Amino acid sequence: MALDTRTDRRPSFAGLLWGSTVGKKTAMAVSGVVMLLYLVAHLLGNLKIFFGAGEFDAYGQWLRTVGEPFLHHEWFLWIARVVLVVCVVTHGVAAYQLSRRDIAARPTGYVHKRRRASYATRTMRWGGVILALFIVWHILDLTTLTVNPRAESGHPYENLVASFDRWYVAAFYIVAMLALGLHIRHGFWSAAQTLGVGSRARDRVLKTVADVLALVLTAGFVSLPVAVLCGWVS
Amino acid sequence: MKLTLRVWRQKSPDVPGAMAAYEVDGISPDMSFLEMLDTLNEELILGGQEPVAFDHDCREGICGACSLVINGDAHGPERTTTCQLHMRSFRDGDTIDVEPWRAAAFPVVKDLVVDRSSFDRIIQAGGYVAVPTGAAPDAHATPVPKPDADFAFEHAECIGCGACVAACPNGSAMLFTSAKVNHLNVLPQGAPERESRVLEMVSTMDDEGFGGCTLAGECATACPKGIPLFSITSMNREFVRAARKRR
Ligand code: HEM
Ligand code: SF4
Ligand code: FES
Repeated sequence: MALDTRTDRRPSFAGLLWGSTVGKKTAMAVSGVVMLLYLVAHLLGNLKIFFGAGEFDAYGQWLRTVGEPFLHHEWFLWIARVVLVVCVVTHGVAAYQLSRRDIAARPTGYVHKRRRASYATRTMRWGGVILALFIVWHILDLTTLTVNPRAESGHPYENLVASFDRWYVAAFYIVAMLALGLHIRHGFWSAAQTLGVGSRARDRVLKTVADVLALVLTAGFVSLPVAVLCGWVS
Repeated sequence: MKLTLRVWRQKSPDVPGAMAAYEVDGISPDMSFLEMLDTLNEELILGGQEPVAFDHDCREGICGACSLVINGDAHGPERTTTCQLHMRSFRDGDTIDVEPWRAAAFPVVKDLVVDRSSFDRIIQAGGYVAVPTGAAPDAHATPVPKPDADFAFEHAECIGCGACVAACPNGSAMLFTSAKVNHLNVLPQGAPERESRVLEMVSTMDDEGFGGCTLAGECATACPKGIPLFSITSMNREFVRAARKRR
């Protein structure tokens, strides 16, 4: 008589991933890359600020009509928001859980201290915390307009200028964008290793792309508060 | 050479330890680091003191028994094992800090000796090939493409010393585990367990309390056998492939 050799339930693909340090890192890499792609699109949109209020506000209006008539008004925007929230939460929860594990795995440090790994690598956790705080502030400031001094819905250009006219807000944005640059520098290359596409032959290309992405995104995003502070955009 | 050593002393796993300073004189630059410790221990024994406990076996860089974090570096300043490290890498009058591997999964047994049986359990979870016993098969019975053989051999060089764990800021065993997984997964002999091997070994690695990989790269810098960081990349690929296939 043939007996069932295996009667237990096999874990699902997602369960297998989330239940292991390697798989959780995969979830971080995928969510990180999705956010990274979003940031590239977001930057290209934001740079329209340099073409004046008319074009920038019109771009904001257009975002609400993307996909019509297949999608209802603003549906595209809501889909993007849901995807991003899922990514931020997955990424943040995995980062928190893995970090707790990592710290517990080295309970006693070495008496003889020495610097380990690069600056970008060592600042992934605190940089991530800065990014998380930034994301919350950014949404309250320019999406919900809760903390925006002007808060006129449908006028993103004016709201943005009003926000960055406060030097401390502009300064916080700039610090957050520097943290973002460092995060991407280590993060993009890391994601390639986590997803198994890195190799000795591709390493220089991947590191260069990481540096270019980090530099372009940081410089691009920083140019907005700087332009407002300098009065080029008002 | 005359040296000052600051060595981690700890009587047993559950009592607190501390660094203790010792002077050693008459050290030849041609001695290995372990021979230098032998000299210290002879003096300690003659003085009626407890010698410093440390792990060693082959003393020729192939067994992986020796350990020691020397001045903050696993296996010391040269890229080799502690038994193959010579005192000419230090200068007369130096103060040298000697500590055990530090990781939750490598508890201190005594002084500089740690319990690395967590590595054995990772191997037991899949670091082998299931083969029928009997006479050794002919070497050419199963052809292996040259690039695969090279890849397998590069990873087979891992001696299981644990320097990668000691150097990693997260006490992660990813380099060791990936070396073992890649070594067998690329070979036809390892193919039947290709999926279960990576899943079980990673799962055991997690259960033993090792940390996760943040790609800091410290492991591959410390590894005396030059296991590359991309070994981890290859294992990540194997893991996701196996997780998809095993549903
Ligand atoms: C919610 C705020 C965030 C937190 C708390 C956070 C935290 C972290 C941490 C702790 C890591 C792992 C670091 C390491 O492996 O050394 C990481 C990796 C990464 N992060 Fe973030 N991060 C955040 C936001 C972002 C954003 C906005 C992006 C988009 C550009 C991003 C992209 C990445 C990428 C691509 C990785 C690499 C994943 C991998 O190693 O495979 N993160 N993040
Ligand atoms: S990967 Fe290198 S450092 Fe780690 S156990 Fe193997 S030989 Fe030692
Ligand atoms: S004692 Fe065998 S490798 Fe050092």
